[in-house]
Amino acid sequence: MRPVTFFRAGSIDEAVAAVSGHPDSAFLAGGTTEIDLLRLNVVQPTLLVDVNDLPLTYLEDIDDGGVRIGAMARMSDVARAQRIVERYPGMSQALLLGASEQLRNMASMGGNMCQRTRCAYFRDGQSPCNKREPGSGCAALTGVNRGHAVLGTSDHCIASHPSDVAVALVALDAVIRTIGPDGTRTIPIESFFLPPDDTPSVEHPLAHGELIVAIDVPAVPVARTSRYVKHRDRVSYEFALVSVFSAMRVDDAGNVAELRLALGGVGTVPWRAHRAEEALIGRPATPENFAAAADAEFADARTTPMNAFKVTFAKRAIVRELSEVTS
Amino acid sequence: MSPVVGKPVNRVDGPDKVTGAGRYCGEIVLPGLAYGLIVGSSIANGRVLSIDETAARAAGGVYGIMTHQNTPKIANQPHLIPSLAGQPAPGESFFPMQDDVVHYWGQPVALVVADSLEGAAHAAALLDITYEAGVPVATIEDGRSSAAEAQTLFGGLMPARDERGDVQGALAKAEVTVDATYHYAANHHNPLETGVTTAQWDGDRLTLWDSTMGVRASQLTVATLLGIPLSDVRVITHFVGGGFGSKAMVWPHVTLAAMAARHVGRPVRLTLTRPQSFTSNGHREEQEQQIRLGAGRDGRLTAIHHRKLSVTSPFDDWAEPATGVSTQIYGCDNYLGEHHLIHGNTLTPTFTRAPGESLGSFSLETAMDQLAYELGMDPIELRIMNHPPVDNHGNAWSSDGMADCLRRGAELFGWSGRDPTPGVREEGNNLIGTGVAGAGYPVAFMMPVQHARARIFNDGSVVVQTSAQEFGIGVTTSMAQVGADALGVDLDVLRFEAGDTDLPNTTSAVGSMGATMQSSAVHNAGTTLRNELIAHAVNDDKSPLHRLSPSSVRVEGGRMSSTLDPSIGESYADLLTRNRLLDLEALGSWTPPPIDTPHGLLTFGAQFAEVAVDKDLGLVRVRRMTGVFAPGRVLNPKLARSQLLGGMLWGLSQALLEGNQIDRQSGRWALNNLGEYLVPVHADIPDVQVEFVEVEDDVVGPLGVKGVGEVGQVGAAAAIANAVFHATGRRMTELPMTAEVVMNGGSPG
Ligand SMILES: Cc1cc2nc3c(=O)[nH]c(=O)nc-3n(C[C@H](O)[C@H](O)[C@H](O)COP(=O)(O)OP(=O)(O)OC[C@H]3O[C@@H](n4cnc5c(N)ncnc54)[C@H](O)[C@@H]3O)c2cc1C
Ligand code: SF4
Repeated sequence: MRPVTFFRAGSIDEAVAAVSGHPDSAFLAGGTTEIDLLRLNVVQPTLLVDVNDLPLTYLEDIDDGGVRIGAMARMSDVARAQRIVERYPGMSQALLLGASEQLRNMASMGGNMCQRTRCAYFRDGQSPCNKREPGSGCAALTGVNRGHAVLGTSDHCIASHPSDVAVALVALDAVIRTIGPDGTRTIPIESFFLPPDDTPSVEHPLAHGELIVAIDVPAVPVARTSRYVKHRDRVSYEFALVSVFSAMRVDDAGNVAELRLALGGVGTVPWRAHRAEEALIGRPATPENFAAAADAEFADARTTPMNAFKVTFAKRAIVRELSEVTS
Repeated sequence: MSPVVGKPVNRVDGPDKVTGAGRYCGEIVLPGLAYGLIVGSSIANGRVLSIDETAARAAGGVYGIMTHQNTPKIANQPHLIPSLAGQPAPGESFFPMQDDVVHYWGQPVALVVADSLEGAAHAAALLDITYEAGVPVATIEDGRSSAAEAQTLFGGLMPARDERGDVQGALAKAEVTVDATYHYAANHHNPLETGVTTAQWDGDRLTLWDSTMGVRASQLTVATLLGIPLSDVRVITHFVGGGFGSKAMVWPHVTLAAMAARHVGRPVRLTLTRPQSFTSNGHREEQEQQIRLGAGRDGRLTAIHHRKLSVTSPFDDWAEPATGVSTQIYGCDNYLGEHHLIHGNTLTPTFTRAPGESLGSFSLETAMDQLAYELGMDPIELRIMNHPPVDNHGNAWSSDGMADCLRRGAELFGWSGRDPTPGVREEGNNLIGTGVAGAGYPVAFMMPVQHARARIFNDGSVVVQTSAQEFGIGVTTSMAQVGADALGVDLDVLRFEAGDTDLPNTTSAVGSMGATMQSSAVHNAGTTLRNELIAHAVNDDKSPLHRLSPSSVRVEGGRMSSTLDPSIGESYADLLTRNRLLDLEALGSWTPPPIDTPHGLLTFGAQFAEVAVDKDLGLVRVRRMTGVFAPGRVLNPKLARSQLLGGMLWGLSQALLEGNQIDRQSGRWALNNLGEYLVPVHADIPDVQVEFVEVEDDVVGPLGVKGVGEVGQVGAAAAIANAVFHATGRRMTELPMTAEVVMNGGSPG
């Protein structure tokens, strides 16, 4: 492992100054992504700025009945916080179905937003990979790509986004709050996760040294009955093949009145199923309509021989999930 | 005290393991210890053009860098022969860093030695290596056109083709036939402890602490490669964190550790990283198998054609032998077994738990299930009806038990009254099914004479020794039990020592033969010493046993007594002390039967599984498993159960999760860590029941012990696949049976 300088920041300003003032630096939160990639030689910072001492582990209510989650709150704490369990059960489930308890005890919410893809060609530190080394090509396009994305891909990258909780957060229209060298800003979560297009190495709009300080989850009453299901090869401790976050309200006439639907495992970013939502809202909540909505969502899917099954798999998972929520 | 063999004695090394007191080979601390790290090639086929060491050397703390330019030439390249044969046993008939040619991805091209493991890793990353890369051939798809039938396997030890009768003719005439082709992904072993060797030179003498499944195999192989006397190489191994076949053969890193220690003039610890463990000690090869069965309407098999195609290295005709069970577990006059090979850009595959037969039996046992459906017969009755009293040469089984295992298993599992109709049991989103498979694993007598020593001190305490060591299976415990009973002493006065080439020879505990070999030698050492002690007593006029016939003396708890009047007797300790004998020792030997001994030699079992298959998504979950086995005498049911359970769970893993493939462009294994190469977690493990059927066997050694190391895995995946058929009506011909395989009805895409 390469030598790195370790600096423990005592304040947010100190952390931001330390990273933005040094070109090869990175924040270190729980380290469950960063240290792995450092050891694999995938990232090569020479300065690590530890943000674990910053007062960012809180969860607090915000004005309209939402919750503000500090960037350093641990996944395990957030998953079990009463206001999360009550207001956004699907988010709590997404957290608990991610990684392992040991990892969740270390992993922070801010770090989770910045975790990198599990694409094996990205992680081997050697293969052609536009995300790791812009312009080098993409070994996954014709390689072993069973786990790769079918939505939001480009000719330059088909890596799937690995996060579970981010799937819940895109469905909930969360907002990322940051403090950077140029001050404070808020970024709506769907603008935070950038599809690969022709710059797969750019995954989010953060400037170098810009620190996520909190994630705001607005009040979403329908989310009180939200759910998250995660389908995978083994029962636990694996990233999703396909996961579904749903929050739906069906009115007395049997029509879909409200719907928040998002998918994991299939997109290059945590995938908000806007097309499916649009196809269903105001329509009868029937299995046929669910299937038509799922078809609409995947109309533009781009597959490889190895991951083509995910389209059928995901459509069936959506129909099942919405049918179960309805009944 | 009554005999301890057969008792569920707790592991004697348990406390050392759980407290961390046990020293593994990567935990040996030596003054001046340096840390080695191999650098593997990042191409699979081609040449190393240049290696620039400037930056690596500048990193600091580097003691030495070895490449093909300065690595000593090996003295001799022994040919790959299974370590069970007791000869040098290289994992491949090839030693790296002798020239600039690269044959497979990850082949060692450099070795960095530094003052810390982290320093070695950093320097290794700074080596600038350039290559000339050719197109790799590493998969069946890439090499199919170059496949050729193998004549022999295992360095000529076994014929690759097994033929009797007229298969084609019998198939043509058969009233019922089954023809199925299977594809199996490669498997890796993934013991928790990756390969590690600590090497220390003292003048010309070399000591290795090597994480191996056989200290003698390491000694023989390293001495041959280095061209030094066996007496100058000592290998010590007290704890091994799992092997599963990856440490059955001796791979280049072991000898490279010795070379590196000489190169830097310090002891060196060489550890394989987790990713390197995918490219450094073999794998179960990717394979395609075909089974054709012919049978009469009455269910009698008339023809079996079993064909395997797999990828091996450029150096070795390696194929895990897939037909050792299919040729004999069911009687059939017309049989043809064939192995076809593609030589490609991989390292030589190797033994992986239940080598050959776990997949060979998958083909056979799923085809048998299919045949049962074709015939409208119960699959258990079909198997029992076809299971013969003799092997394929007409020799009676040394011990059988197959039918009993199937019947007992059926009882435990609740088989009777099962509706065979596939695809009709729905529970929520799941389809439910049950399946059965037969299991068999060969007993292979290819090992040389085995030795052990028993030594008693005049206070009555005992040491029993043999070289082959513990690697998690519990021999330290079970051999103490065997020694205690043989000598007639209590377990707590006896210490079992092993894992050191300075001790009497026993062969690597591989091929499910460890318990048989070691228990036979230890038993003979113990009884020889007991007989000597009794002879002393009856010839000693001061002994109360004087003039008794030795056969009328019994020993219990270290006290010899008359069988007629137990009050007449004395202890070993009294006898020794009175005669001023500080100790007495005896060597015990066991000469195994010849490899072609006229007996049928299989260990039998039966496997049952119940599955729930997600009817839309294809995900399979196993709900319960039952395994019943007939492994001869069970030395310690607790340990034997763990072995068999572990085998069954690996069968589950092989069925549903484990599989690696080579990236066709680079020739690199796609998965190289435990995050992505899936093995089951606790949540995947169902309720598992393991039971024994008692059989007596007087061929396989004085105690009648057959092995439990592999047979637990054989048939487990087939029982699951047969259950998936029962649940869904879809035949699985691909492993692992991932969601897409099940969704698409047996073949992907
Ligand atoms: C074996 C394994 C299995 C896993 N399985 C799952 C899973 O099933 N589902 C899932 O969702 N996740 C999974 N994960 C990923 C895990 O959730 C993330 O690694 C974790 O959330 C990252 O958080 P961290 O605090 O450890 O971040 P770190 O590793 O410390 O940092 C990650 C990245 O974020 C940056 N960063 C950290 N904090 C901030 C901040 N406040 N502002 C700006 N940048 C920041 C760092 O510089 C770094 O680039 C798994 C991880 C492992 C190792
Ligand atoms: S899919 Fe993306 S991350 Fe993977 S190799 Fe291609 S560019 Fe790299």
